[in-house]
Amino acid sequence: MRVNAVNLACRRGGRDVFAGIGFHLATGQALAVTGRNGAGKSSLLRIVAGFIRPTGGQLWLEGGDPELSIAEQAHYLGHQDAVKPSLSVAENLRFWTAFFGADAHKVQDALELVGLGAIAALPAAYLSAGQRRRLSIARLLAVKRPIWLLDEPASTLDAAGRGRLTDFMQSHLAGGGLILAATHGALGLNGAQELSLDQKTPSPLAGEGLGGGSEAKVGAVTP
Amino acid sequence: MTPLTALLVRDMRIAVRVGGGALIGVLFFVVVVTLTPFAVGPDLALLKRIGPAILWLAALLASLLALDRLFASDHEDGSLDLILTGRAPLELVIAAKGLAHWLTTAVPLIVAAPLIGLLLDIEPPAQAGLALTLLVGTPALTFIGVIGAAIAVTLRRGGLLLAVIVLPLTVPVLIFGVAAANAAVAGPVPFGTPFTVLCALTLASFVIGPFAAAAALRLDIE
Repeated sequence: MRVNAVNLACRRGGRDVFAGIGFHLATGQALAVTGRNGAGKSSLLRIVAGFIRPTGGQLWLEGGDPELSIAEQAHYLGHQDAVKPSLSVAENLRFWTAFFGADAHKVQDALELVGLGAIAALPAAYLSAGQRRRLSIARLLAVKRPIWLLDEPASTLDAAGRGRLTDFMQSHLAGGGLILAATHGALGLNGAQELSLDQKTPSPLAGEGLGGGSEAKVGAVTP
Repeated sequence: MTPLTALLVRDMRIAVRVGGGALIGVLFFVVVVTLTPFAVGPDLALLKRIGPAILWLAALLASLLALDRLFASDHEDGSLDLILTGRAPLELVIAAKGLAHWLTTAVPLIVAAPLIGLLLDIEPPAQAGLALTLLVGTPALTFIGVIGAAIAVTLRRGGLLLAVIVLPLTVPVLIFGVAAANAAVAGPVPFGTPFTVLCALTLASFVIGPFAAAAALRLDIE
């Protein structure tokens, strides 16, 4: 399986966010998207997830299930955790596993893995920001999907949580997964390549050279 | 559990828990209908004549109450993004959410209607007919309402816009719903004719509502 993007451009609210972005991401590879605030990291992830249409360029998938779009084979972990406060921790996760068509028996295992097993029956309203993020991450473990799109996945996690997240990402890559992560800090993955969105923002003075863009070469991760 | 039943169960569970708003609709309905005899006075003949219209108006406004949160809460907490990465078609997702909304807000109201109809001097046989018009007509209110809920999803004060968008579209449902209810209560016009049109309006809303709402939601997300 391979996600390809060539010459992607994005325009939000009348402002050109970036242009000429390209990458090739194959099975077992991770790509860290970096850049200053407003460089378009989240927008790039949302384009790959199919929530917003790019204003230019192509995005396509090689391999995988031809009947399904990239979004339908991907987990999107955004800034919001999609946790309903009136449902319990387990009910929240059970809903998403059922909605994504996975087996419900993995729910408790996934909660144990992220360290929420002891409070599965607690209403999610009582969770801290970091615990809500852990609950979101449990979704990636309970439902198997090959592509992970992670937007600042470690932002609210403590040191132990970050360590676990790195382990989850390593084993996902080892199992043939793909990871595209927007991040400010280090992902902590050996061999993860970096795509910097700085300098890709078109300035009014930029001329012909812009369309060519630069493409990240993504190397294989050795688990 | 299939994706759509999971969604239906989740939405109903949220609606009946604290802050869910399932009972708000039926309480509003009961309060509005109860206030009418106090406002109009003890003229039983007049109350009987305007009774079906009052019940239908109260049902229409009550069904709009919680509607603005139908997609807005999912949009605000990021659930809507994830729903879009699911493999269930968005149109069916909307139909499932609409059904959950109807089951938690309109059904209690239909159950309450015969009891509250006593205040408006509507007799038991007529009450059955009136409840039947609500049973058949309120799904149309919900499924027209989902269009407005989808359009207003990204707006802060979406509820006001929702009412402005949805209420004009519900006029045909209101006309034929009240006509059928009046026929059941007072006669002498046949009950069947307006009731059949009401059924047709509901069936049409099942088809148009989810597709229009899905198109609006896809635009909202961008």
